[in-house]
Amino acid sequence: MNINYIILVPLIPLAVFLLLGIFSHKIKPTVSGLIGVGGLLSSTILSFYAAYQYFFVFGKVGGVFQTFVEKTTWMNFTDTLHIDMGILIDPISVMMLVVVSTISLMVHIYSNGYMKGDEGFTKFFAYLSLFSFSMFGLVLATNLFQIYIFWELVGVSSYLLIGYYYTKSSAIAASKKAFIVTRFADLGFLIGILIIGYYTGTYDFVDLNNPEGNAILSWAATSFMGMSVITWALILIFVGGAGKSAMFPLHIWLPDAMEGPTPVSALIHAATMVVAGCYLVARLFPMYYFVDDGFALHIVAYVGAFSSLFAAVIAITQTDIKRVLAFSTMSQIGYMMFALGVSGYDGHEGVGYMASMFHLFTHAMFKALLFLGAGSVIHAVHSNELKDMGGLRKYMPITNITFLIAALAIAGVPPFAGFWSKDEILVAAFHHDKLIYYVGLLVAGLTAFYMFRLYFGIFWSKDTKYHHTPHESPLSMSVPLMILAFLSITVGFIPFSEFVTADKMGFEAHLNYPLAAVAVGVGAVGIILSWIFYKKENDLAQKWANGFGMLYKWASNKFYFDEIYLFVTKKIIFNLIAAPIAKFDKKIVDGTMEGIGNKTVLLAQKIKGLQSGRVQDYALFFVGGVVVIVMVFIYLW
Amino acid sequence: MDISNFLLMRQEIMLLSIVLLLIIAEIFIPNDKKSSIVHFAIFLFGIHTILGFVGLSEGSLFGGSFQTTKLVYFFKNVLNVGVLIVLLQSADWIQEKVVKENKGSEFFILLFSSLLGMYFMISAGDFLMFYIGLELGTLPVAALAAYETSKRISSESGIKFILSAALASGAALFGVSLLYATSGSIFFADIIPTITASNLTILGFVLFFSGLAFKISIVPFHFWTADVYEGAPISVSSYLSVISKGAAVFILMILLFTVLKPLMYIWENMIYGLTIATMLIGNLFALRQQNMKRFLAFSSIAQAGFILLGIISGTQLGATTAIYFVLVYIFSNLAAFGVVQAISLKTGKENMDDYNGLYRTNPKLSLVMMLALFSLAGIPPVAGFFGKFFLFTSAASEGYYLLVFIAAANATVSLYYYLLVVRAMFIRKNEHPIPFFNSKIYMRLGLIVSVIGILVLGLYSPLYDYIFELNGFLNQ
Repeated sequence: MNINYIILVPLIPLAVFLLLGIFSHKIKPTVSGLIGVGGLLSSTILSFYAAYQYFFVFGKVGGVFQTFVEKTTWMNFTDTLHIDMGILIDPISVMMLVVVSTISLMVHIYSNGYMKGDEGFTKFFAYLSLFSFSMFGLVLATNLFQIYIFWELVGVSSYLLIGYYYTKSSAIAASKKAFIVTRFADLGFLIGILIIGYYTGTYDFVDLNNPEGNAILSWAATSFMGMSVITWALILIFVGGAGKSAMFPLHIWLPDAMEGPTPVSALIHAATMVVAGCYLVARLFPMYYFVDDGFALHIVAYVGAFSSLFAAVIAITQTDIKRVLAFSTMSQIGYMMFALGVSGYDGHEGVGYMASMFHLFTHAMFKALLFLGAGSVIHAVHSNELKDMGGLRKYMPITNITFLIAALAIAGVPPFAGFWSKDEILVAAFHHDKLIYYVGLLVAGLTAFYMFRLYFGIFWSKDTKYHHTPHESPLSMSVPLMILAFLSITVGFIPFSEFVTADKMGFEAHLNYPLAAVAVGVGAVGIILSWIFYKKENDLAQKWANGFGMLYKWASNKFYFDEIYLFVTKKIIFNLIAAPIAKFDKKIVDGTMEGIGNKTVLLAQKIKGLQSGRVQDYALFFVGGVVVIVMVFIYLW
Repeated sequence: MDISNFLLMRQEIMLLSIVLLLIIAEIFIPNDKKSSIVHFAIFLFGIHTILGFVGLSEGSLFGGSFQTTKLVYFFKNVLNVGVLIVLLQSADWIQEKVVKENKGSEFFILLFSSLLGMYFMISAGDFLMFYIGLELGTLPVAALAAYETSKRISSESGIKFILSAALASGAALFGVSLLYATSGSIFFADIIPTITASNLTILGFVLFFSGLAFKISIVPFHFWTADVYEGAPISVSSYLSVISKGAAVFILMILLFTVLKPLMYIWENMIYGLTIATMLIGNLFALRQQNMKRFLAFSSIAQAGFILLGIISGTQLGATTAIYFVLVYIFSNLAAFGVVQAISLKTGKENMDDYNGLYRTNPKLSLVMMLALFSLAGIPPVAGFFGKFFLFTSAASEGYYLLVFIAAANATVSLYYYLLVVRAMFIRKNEHPIPFFNSKIYMRLGLIVSVIGILVLGLYSPLYDYIFELNGFLNQ
């Protein structure tokens, strides 16, 4: 089994990035689009080939999926502690390769239509390639440090792409916000990495994740403030993951990130980068599970569950269709997180882990589809606001159907993909933590409700009069929609539990009919409610909203979290801490320094008489110097 | 005595031969072809420099008067490279100005004679050889300082130098006599066991030290520096500021670390005070200079203070850092002097204000100057930073925290005036900046070698390890 060729999966987009980046002014847009798609297509083919090889040919040895690593040492610190660069092949990394390459390819194709005529067309594709490279690198990382490097790289590409419309001040603000918030979270990640390196002596995933290995077994050796240092490290690493995955309370950047071009939102802020946090926890799952009896994992579970509910409530009230999707993404990632949090390790116990990865997989498909569909709509009506839409099903049949499929998938309607993965998650939660189960169930209902509110609002509702008659998007955009719609229907039938499990053994999952029925029922209630409220334009929804009063207002203002952050940063940190320090710096520090400087110059002026230009004076000083030194040593010392 | 023993002196013999060859060439080359003497001299000296790196053997001659070790070879090679750069940078000046007055070959003869003196001084095994070397190293420079006879300021500079130098070598000779009087020998090896800190010895030592301190420009023996640098031709100033000073530092270090080691508790304290005074005075005067040559003169005084910082710790580490710093200083200062020379030669301008807006017209020259000044100021990643950094660590490791603090403060002050020049070149505007010009090949080569030195020394650590090894014997 040769896995070296997999290194090409990230390297091809890198080459494309360099090519497009360096020659951005010389390449015609159509050519750069082709280069971008071509590069990603090769990566996709390689990824699928690798997946086929791994899952069906050589990956499974003795009933267990093996981990293959190819690496070179990059920096040496101690005998055991070194930073490697390489590729790590195991079920989740191969699965992620498939997800990232598929979505990225779809987005590349779609962007050819969506971004047509844009001035920075080539630059856009260069950024997309940079992102793809970084994301592949993140997925394939063999150790904590490598994943951190690529983690930051995806952060940078995300920053570049959110701020792509750099003449718009809101886009710039959003890109900065995303970068700063995630960087802040990454600080936790970095500290966590350093703690891990210091106490376990290794960054290597294989060493760290070995349940019988030193790293896991030694967790109780050192504690800090009543908790194992390793647990602290894992919590800090999760902070980094929570920042990237927009978990509460680090979620504030994700809605604003919708300022970026819609294909970017589909690729980065729905399907791939934002799930990096889940991937990180899954990557270190044995550590999270075994260290301190899974204390850190409980935190993951509750943060995930809360974020899931929190975001779902906000999503109901948003009127910008991309923001609805953004909060929906946050909610669904919360789902994945708490699924990991309630998971066990061995065999069927690990259903949560499996379900989380499964949901990551299916969610990537239908959420990318939702975003690309939204992009198609925005492309047609030139607005993000629900009030500017309505009745679009007549004008955009393909978008309508594909969007409906995606909505059904996310609402958990069988047999669409979301149903299968969501069901497994709820099963895991039901067996492990009833509270989380009920939260999950509630969120499932809310999800169905807000998603169909969106669907009806866009495609049914009122018959809006449009200045320009909206028309269906070009083939380059509708073909990816159709492919993703097809995937959203079918991927649920993949027997995922046989491939991706916590202990890498695989098991047979069965549908839990009672639980599935409850979940579908809750989803159906949500859909029916939104049918009543939004299918036809009426004031029922407004009445209900008024009925909720404060709650509705709070939710539509995202529970004022942006305002809280602003208050803390502007009022407290800037005014109370930074301003006095700045004043101290200006008055005391600068003042002292300037004083010293002025005195020095003054002194220099005073002593200039010494250098008189007369040699006899010089001789006097010479002899005087000798005499003084001699006197000092003979009489004073 | 086996004649092959003279091979130990082969660098001296070769240099002497070059001097003789130049005298012969002077006679035989017709007057209208005199400028070819420049190529001839540089060619010969280039070969001499390269040969200096091969076939090193240690030993002593003349009953121990002349001795040579790997470290001594290293010093001589460093001096050779420095002189070669000086020659490359002054070639244009000699061809354009000096040869017309028909004294081109004398310049080389005098310069090489002085270098020969430095050789003997470094290789000295007794005080007599040391003194002869010192004199031979000094006297030709006085003639060189007064070389531009058409300029009054140059003659003044020559006079001032010869008077000050006479005083200094008189003091040194007096000191040597006193040391002889107390120890009964002029051989270093014999003095070591007998030396004790009697009052007479202290007087002798301080007098002797003042002779060398004069060459290194340590306060208060530094007053000649600025006046001589300003008046002398730039080539001579740069020779004085790096070669003469470097050689004196080398021999001072060897003597302090071996012969005068028993007096360490004295010279340690003495150097402590002189270091502070030297850095302070050099910096304070440099702050206000407008003339670039004077400016570099005071900057070189301040740099001498930093060199002392390495010597003071009296350890192998300290010696290594001091030598490394001198090496870095040689390249940095030569680059700076080279730029001043190039500009002065083309335009005759030597003031800081004249450099305003230089970057707009002569970007390459400005960059070289910037690099040199950054290195002198000690800004990473150029060599000067590491030089200073190592010096500070070596002094700190011996517990001289206060001294290191003062040195750091002085480094900050020096940063200010070095950046003044950078600001003039890059930021300040000028209605009539120095117009663009191209230097000739020798000057370019000289600048390129200096820049490579600045960059490579900072990044190539094995050299530092090599110096450290060479210094092994000092650590006894």
